[in-house]
Amino acid sequence: MTTPLIELKNVTKIFGGKQDYTVALDDMSFSLDEGYAKIVTIAGESGSGKTTMGMLMLGFYTPTRGQVLYRGQPLEELTGKERFQFRREIQAVFQDPFAVYNPFYKVDNLLSIPIKNFKLADSKDEARELMEESLSRVGLRPEETLGRYPHQLSGGQRQRIAVARALLLKPKLLVTDEPVSMVDASLRSTILKSLRALNQDFGVPIFYITHDLTTAYHISDYIIILYRGSVMEAGNVDSIIRDPQHPYTRLLVSSIPWPDPKLEWGEAVGGGGVEEIIQKSQVAFADITGCKFAPRCPHVMDICHQAPPELFKIEQDHVATCYLYRDNDSLARENLNEVFADS
Amino acid sequence: MRRGGGFQSLIAYLKRNPALGWGLAILVFLLLFASVGELFIDSEDVYPLSEPINEIPSAKYPMGTDSQGRDLLASLILGTRMTLSIGMIAGIVGLGIGTVLGFISGYFGGVLDDVIKFIVDVLMTIPQFLLLVMIASSVPKPDEMGIVQMGLIVSVVSWVRPTRAIRAQVLSMRERAFVMMAKLSGMGGMEIILKELMPNLLPYLAISLAGAVNAGVLSSLGLQTLGIGNLREPSLGMTIYWLRYYNAFLRGMWWWILEPVAVIALIFIAFLLISIGLDEFANPRTRRAV
Amino acid sequence: MSAPLLQVDDLKVYYHVRAGAVKAVDGVSFDLPRGIKMGLVGESGSGKSTMALAMMRMIKEPGRIEGGRVILDGTDLVGLSKEEMRQTKLRKLAMIPQGAMNSLNPVMRIDKQLVDGMIDHGVVMSKSERQDRVDELLEMVDLAPKVASMYPHELSGGMKQRVCVAMSIAMEPDMVIADEPTSALDVVIQRQVMETIDRLQTDLGLAVILIGHDMGLMAQTVNRLAVMYAGKLMEVGETEDMFYEPLHPYTELLISSLPVLENKGVFSGIPGITPSLLTPPSGCVFHTRCPKAWDLCQKEIPQFTEVESGRWVACHLHTA
Repeated sequence: MTTPLIELKNVTKIFGGKQDYTVALDDMSFSLDEGYAKIVTIAGESGSGKTTMGMLMLGFYTPTRGQVLYRGQPLEELTGKERFQFRREIQAVFQDPFAVYNPFYKVDNLLSIPIKNFKLADSKDEARELMEESLSRVGLRPEETLGRYPHQLSGGQRQRIAVARALLLKPKLLVTDEPVSMVDASLRSTILKSLRALNQDFGVPIFYITHDLTTAYHISDYIIILYRGSVMEAGNVDSIIRDPQHPYTRLLVSSIPWPDPKLEWGEAVGGGGVEEIIQKSQVAFADITGCKFAPRCPHVMDICHQAPPELFKIEQDHVATCYLYRDNDSLARENLNEVFADS
Repeated sequence: MRRGGGFQSLIAYLKRNPALGWGLAILVFLLLFASVGELFIDSEDVYPLSEPINEIPSAKYPMGTDSQGRDLLASLILGTRMTLSIGMIAGIVGLGIGTVLGFISGYFGGVLDDVIKFIVDVLMTIPQFLLLVMIASSVPKPDEMGIVQMGLIVSVVSWVRPTRAIRAQVLSMRERAFVMMAKLSGMGGMEIILKELMPNLLPYLAISLAGAVNAGVLSSLGLQTLGIGNLREPSLGMTIYWLRYYNAFLRGMWWWILEPVAVIALIFIAFLLISIGLDEFANPRTRRAV
Repeated sequence: MSAPLLQVDDLKVYYHVRAGAVKAVDGVSFDLPRGIKMGLVGESGSGKSTMALAMMRMIKEPGRIEGGRVILDGTDLVGLSKEEMRQTKLRKLAMIPQGAMNSLNPVMRIDKQLVDGMIDHGVVMSKSERQDRVDELLEMVDLAPKVASMYPHELSGGMKQRVCVAMSIAMEPDMVIADEPTSALDVVIQRQVMETIDRLQTDLGLAVILIGHDMGLMAQTVNRLAVMYAGKLMEVGETEDMFYEPLHPYTELLISSLPVLENKGVFSGIPGITPSLLTPPSGCVFHTRCPKAWDLCQKEIPQFTEVESGRWVACHLHTA
């Protein structure tokens, strides 16, 4: 068994003080191997912990409990050289197309600085060629984009340059945090296409963080649904979106406004039936004893309040943490990855 | 913040930012007054007993003379130069220290940050002027103090506000996505500070400089008005000290009172306008639409 | 058939900058019957938010309403004085602006904010009447009565947005304009807020203009749809007709670029970028990106014509 490229080992991240704390991520174990050519989505509403997971993987947050390992080594213990390697191999595309640019410099910087630091080109001309090539691949014309300042380009153009950067760097793992949510609906396809190409043509695994299940469905192979820091459902994206098993996933999927006027909200998903949305103010983390979704769940039972449910197997590549399936086999939390194994 | 091009766009900008425009104009006037003006006077006239005493302004003595026989025009010209120089020294030293400490404190955090924060908080709570008075009075031969000495004394407190302001800006900028991007592009800590954070902070550095110079001028005037500092040189504050010593108010020597006050007022107005103008520059949201 | 509640006639809003005039809204005309929900959809920069602001007479310098009329219930809003317009706002026409939930006064209780607008308009109420009205409004938007004594920061995004909806209907206007009311909200909350607006619309007989860029949301919520591009209307019609038989190539592209369950893995976007509104393309403003353009499209601006009853389009394919 090879050492995974990046691994979260029983990672918990807690924000806040003694009284009023938030468990952003709760005992999460997950890993990605080098060369694993699939796209894994991590989906959830705001507060689900999805961005926290991305930040932990990128080394921008440190875990409160557990470890984040890069090639087997905890991030805090990396030497300078190893850390540089870590930065080279794991890249990101962020949500806000404006914030990633330093308004003081031209947009070229976003591409030229990593080329220089990671020595991707031997000469200025070669660097220029690399930049132009990656820009064309995302559908931008170099003469219209290079040499400009961020405020002179549209949000869509800026985001495409950020994706071009990822294409140029061909990292070993790309973490994308809501890469299309701040971009016009009509431009999203183009950007998603580039990401898909990066994955399929260059074998780069992509970790796709989003709250939009529609784009998640289109671009990814596997999906993990998070709610308040815990996994609700995980596995093959087709089966989960078309036939969700966990009550929370059903709620999410039935809330997607499908662009078909004839379909009622919630009807697009096989099985119909709108899940009752139960209004309750959020229970404090300190008071939660069992399943995190229990206060809002229409199928709640007594057992749900006693202890958090395990990962119950629906299929080989589909698990749901819900006591509705307590008669099935279960999977240990640490082995979540078995769900995403390359078949 | 945009990088404009050329002198013309600078003038165009100043037209849209009248506070900055006028502030700079007054400052330029004062600088010219203090420098070019020197050509028109005899610098020996600023010392006591060089001219007849208590002269009302006339053709021969355009600003009159004081009770020690100093030519007030010459005194004001040299005095302005002295006061502005002291302010500049306090401002530059203050900004220099403030920038270094502010960046280290804000970007690296940790123990260094705690220490610097503590010192800053202490210095902001104690009466800074009294501290300056104590320091200025305890140097050997305070009445022969030079400009540089005075400037350095005032610098003891002029670095505090800039440090706090810069630290706050760095803290907020540190979490921005472009800093994360810089890290992902292999840039190291110092490189990020110099290349990514510093350029975006230039407006705030300018504001801090203006503030520090202003504070330096104010502190030095305060010390001199109390008679702490060089008694012979005609600094603006010293002029005020002497006019009070010689009871200019009771004796109705209006010219002696109005002239230094007018110059001091101009200095403060200039810096106030510059601060307002720079503030507008640093906060694009308050800019009016083009 | 009664006269439409709202008639926009050749509305033009230009922003005068040093380089010239940015034609944010360039000759837009449409009708809105009473009690109908209409969606105004377009990419960013299409002019839809400017349209909303223009209808509320909230355009600020250097923008100006260059021409056209906005006739609400027989009165031309463009010609009203400032005071007359102020009276019209909230009473007849209300708006939920973009990011409204972030503009709630952080130091004012919800109940005070709800009735503030009414008091401003001269409605005199006793303390108990005010309380009743607050309770009524909160119930209409599905919020618990205790929200009245809370402050904005104590509420979630969805709850704040519903407060904004309640504020807009406080005086039971004839029409509400909602500019991207759910763009910052999670999908579950989005559905709740939209269903609230829907219910209100039925109960109060409101006409609603919903501005956004999410065609999926439009499909689920509005009866009529107007597609805007670079300051001009491309197509207007019943939502179902537009989705199943789009007439304008831009509408077609907008719909086909949406991911749906059936077309997994198929990514089609709209090539090119939105044109400059300072120097728009000649002829049809969409011709530079249109897959069906031919030489007439570059030379002549297509007229916005009613090709079937209630179906309007500006395209030479249908009007030449």
